[in-house]
Amino acid sequence: MRESTLTFGRRGVAIVLAAVVVLMAVALLLGGRAAAGEEEAFGGSDAAATTQLEEAGHEPWFEPLMPPAGGEIESGLFALQAGLGGVALGYVFGRLRGRPARAPRTAEASG
Amino acid sequence: MHIAEGFLPPAHAVAWTAVAAPFVIHGTRSATRIVRENPSARLLLGAAGAFTFVMSAIKLPSVTGSSSHPTGTGVGAIIFRPPVMALLGTIVLIFQALLLAHGGLTTLGANVFSMAVVGPWVGYGLFRLLAAAPFMVRVFVGVAMANLATYVTTATQLALAYPEGGFVEAWGRFLGIFAVTQIPLAIVEGLVGVLLLNALISWARPEMDELAVLPTDAKEAARA
Repeated sequence: MRESTLTFGRRGVAIVLAAVVVLMAVALLLGGRAAAGEEEAFGGSDAAATTQLEEAGHEPWFEPLMPPAGGEIESGLFALQAGLGGVALGYVFGRLRGRPARAPRTAEASG
Repeated sequence: MHIAEGFLPPAHAVAWTAVAAPFVIHGTRSATRIVRENPSARLLLGAAGAFTFVMSAIKLPSVTGSSSHPTGTGVGAIIFRPPVMALLGTIVLIFQALLLAHGGLTTLGANVFSMAVVGPWVGYGLFRLLAAAPFMVRVFVGVAMANLATYVTTATQLALAYPEGGFVEAWGRFLGIFAVTQIPLAIVEGLVGVLLLNALISWARPEMDELAVLPTDAKEAARA
């Protein structure tokens, strides 16, 4: 009740999540059509810019110090990055949710 | 939005590094100050950093047939103000440049400027400008536009470096690669940002109040 102007309940969360799923489904569908006939569907936009620069005759003048040894390793490292962030987020959420309600609110409730 | 290693002419690389550096130094000082003055906000600071870490690792498909990733900087900018995100975003970009060869050290300055400086400031600016709108609408617009502004900045940086056929034409070309792809992803990030703020308001109200994230009238209404 107290925060009805600021937050929404489960229904609101479900609607937002549904919107995310629908948006991604539409993106996959339209994107799949747009990418039809191209070498790789859903290639990265960063890579697309790099390819375009290379086609225009520009070469990088500096190489990455530690390029991942292959595509599988690279996607593994991306997974690691997301995983580490996810663990950290989960830890924070767990700490926040698990702590007792703050003192003033308890006083308000009992008083 | 990562400009690949070695793809910015040396003069541009140096210039963007010089432009971005003061923001990162200032951001480091504000983060230190927040942790010192407000130790209970450390958890939230961790959440803001972790959110950027996760989001910038996830490549999502887009309507253009290519894929790209969210930036995750808008949420932190709204909670902690933009300077802090200059530091957190830089940490993420260094991680990706060193370990994943994604982005690069020579392009770090330009990438920091687009993702960790322009994105957070645009997002936070819009969040503040829309003071009259419902809170979650402000969050959505701020987070989504922090994402989109980052990609527009990247396109601008590349057009400045490679103005073939004139700056405007080059700009349009790079916007076509980055900005159009990014529109649905910015909307998705805005929605996810709304969910994250929704959760944090329920679970971390004391910290949110200390950081003065929520509108004052709503706070008073909540207390009444």
